[in-house]
Amino acid sequence: MQVDLQADHVGKRYGGQLAVKDLSLTVERGSFFSILGPSGCGKTTLLRMIAGFLTPDTGQIHIGGKPMNGVPPNQRPVNMVFQHLALFPMMSVGENVGYGLARRGLSRADIAKKVGAMLERVSLPGMQDKRVDQLSGGQRQRVAIARSLVLEPTLLLLDEPLGALDLKLREHMKVELKQLQADFGTTFVYITHDQSEALVLSDHVAVMNAGSFEQLGTPQQLYYQPQTPFVAGFVGANNKLTGRAKQVDAGPEGLVTFMSGQGLTMRARAVGTVGTGQAVEAFVRPEAVSLARDASELPANHPTHAGQVESLLFDGANSAVLLSEATTRTGFRIALPQTGRFADLRIGETVAFSFDPQQAVCFAAASA
Amino acid sequence: MQTAVAAPEIGTTPASTQARLILFLLLAPALIWLVGLIVLPHIDLAVLSLRERIAPRQYTPSIAQYRTFIEEPLYWHTFVRTAVMSILATLITLLLAFPVAWTIAKLVRGRAKSLLLVLCLIPFWVSETVRTLGWMILLRESGVLPALLVQLGLTATPVEMLYRDATILVGLVYTSMLFMVVPLIGALESLDDALIEAAYDLGGTGPSILRQIVIPHAAPGILAGCIVVFMLTLGNYLTPTLLGGKNSLWFTEQIYTQFITRFNWEQGAAFGFLLLGLSTAIVWLGLKLTGQKFGEVMKKT
Repeated sequence: MQVDLQADHVGKRYGGQLAVKDLSLTVERGSFFSILGPSGCGKTTLLRMIAGFLTPDTGQIHIGGKPMNGVPPNQRPVNMVFQHLALFPMMSVGENVGYGLARRGLSRADIAKKVGAMLERVSLPGMQDKRVDQLSGGQRQRVAIARSLVLEPTLLLLDEPLGALDLKLREHMKVELKQLQADFGTTFVYITHDQSEALVLSDHVAVMNAGSFEQLGTPQQLYYQPQTPFVAGFVGANNKLTGRAKQVDAGPEGLVTFMSGQGLTMRARAVGTVGTGQAVEAFVRPEAVSLARDASELPANHPTHAGQVESLLFDGANSAVLLSEATTRTGFRIALPQTGRFADLRIGETVAFSFDPQQAVCFAAASA
Repeated sequence: MQTAVAAPEIGTTPASTQARLILFLLLAPALIWLVGLIVLPHIDLAVLSLRERIAPRQYTPSIAQYRTFIEEPLYWHTFVRTAVMSILATLITLLLAFPVAWTIAKLVRGRAKSLLLVLCLIPFWVSETVRTLGWMILLRESGVLPALLVQLGLTATPVEMLYRDATILVGLVYTSMLFMVVPLIGALESLDDALIEAAYDLGGTGPSILRQIVIPHAAPGILAGCIVVFMLTLGNYLTPTLLGGKNSLWFTEQIYTQFITRFNWEQGAAFGFLLLGLSTAIVWLGLKLTGQKFGEVMKKT
């Protein structure tokens, strides 16, 4: 395995506050790596350190095996797609794409040839002479990527480039980005606060919060095996319950029986060590919960609960129902099965629900 | 309401007449100013410049005034010299103002920014005459700077620093700085920092980014500043006269002499028109050379 990006114990302090705390990561050649986190988590700072616009206070960044400390951005084998793309309005599309090549001192003919070939690869053939403001949002996006990729960088950094697009175009560009990355085989490092972008696009995702990584893994690992309460809450929708552990089964991933603050007793799989009597946070995915009109239709080996429908959130395949548990009024979000079996569900109706405790996770609550 | 909606089509309803009257009244001060103080005097000056006195109170149409200008080397020497010095002063002002504007627009934030702008403005709280006299106190033979040079042992005796071309340029540049800095700040502030970073990221270096990104973006602002400074400099009377003394040979001085000293209004009017033609021609040339549009440039001032 070849490593294109390696950061060792990188830290950066901003105005007395640690923006990035002692981070280490490795990104394999040809992979799509995302850094996912809420705004202000330090992901932009990290990206700017990789690009060379900021110098880390501590630690070392290697790109393509070479140490990068002290190397300015214009000499790093790294290019960046900016949040608002930063296409040069004073230049044509062809000049934008050819800018970096011209800076490298290539001949006019070589530049024209490479620019033409690159525009063809991003499905903008013959657009050299267009002005930037004549392009649609998606086309600009492709010009911005082409402008960077034509330089054949070791690493392409993308700073939330889809943020400014409307929803429909964003969905479309997600697919296109993934195809482009597969096509070119360039290593992409993508930062975003949109978990769906990160899950759809990436081979590996690092979830970042308050300057450090919460968890590093494949999208599937983050979704199904969250290692921290933050990841469980941030990646995908989740029902969060806080309470106190009453009984802990032996074994590394034993089940914890806990009572929530509202007095609801439930069971969930422990992640990390959870002690009896400790405060816990548990998460249940909306789609892990089964819904039935009658408790007898639910699997017999899981504890069942009754609840009243509070509201229906119809959204095609992502439809869900909000209900409150009958005895404690604890709110739950439950995904509706796509069979249409509950199409006639009404607000106020009482239904039964249950979930496999193995599919719910339980963490010892942070000491705060 | 009915009338108001129908008004644009018919055009003679009371409402539209009223709207036109209001528009006219709003424009009236500007129109009176333009027609009364600029157009009318210029028509009169044009007539003046194109006649010749043949006997007391007797005039005949002629181009003698313009012929005098061409035939008398002093006049057109002064003319060319004024143009060259003004262009030079404009370029020096641009070179000095650019880093100042860059600092104010891009490098400092908040209080420091307004403080720097105020520092640029402060000299203008003092009248131009007093400011120029300040320069004279500093630079004359018995002044501060020559005395300092003697103190430092750089010159044996005090040097007269007034009445030199360089002194005139210093004065002109000093007077013009603000008029260059302000449009430049506007032009540079509107440049997205991400463009500079993107260019740097794609392999650009300082000078290449300046040439390919910053200057093309700021061109209308640069030209706006240059036009204002050039016109102010070309038409300046006080600074060249006081700092340059008899050697200043500034064209506005010739105009003044014709009108006031010689009482030759015909010649003065002709010189006035020549100066107007000169500034128009140079501004036009500047716009052509840089490929900018006058309307776009004027929006930046």
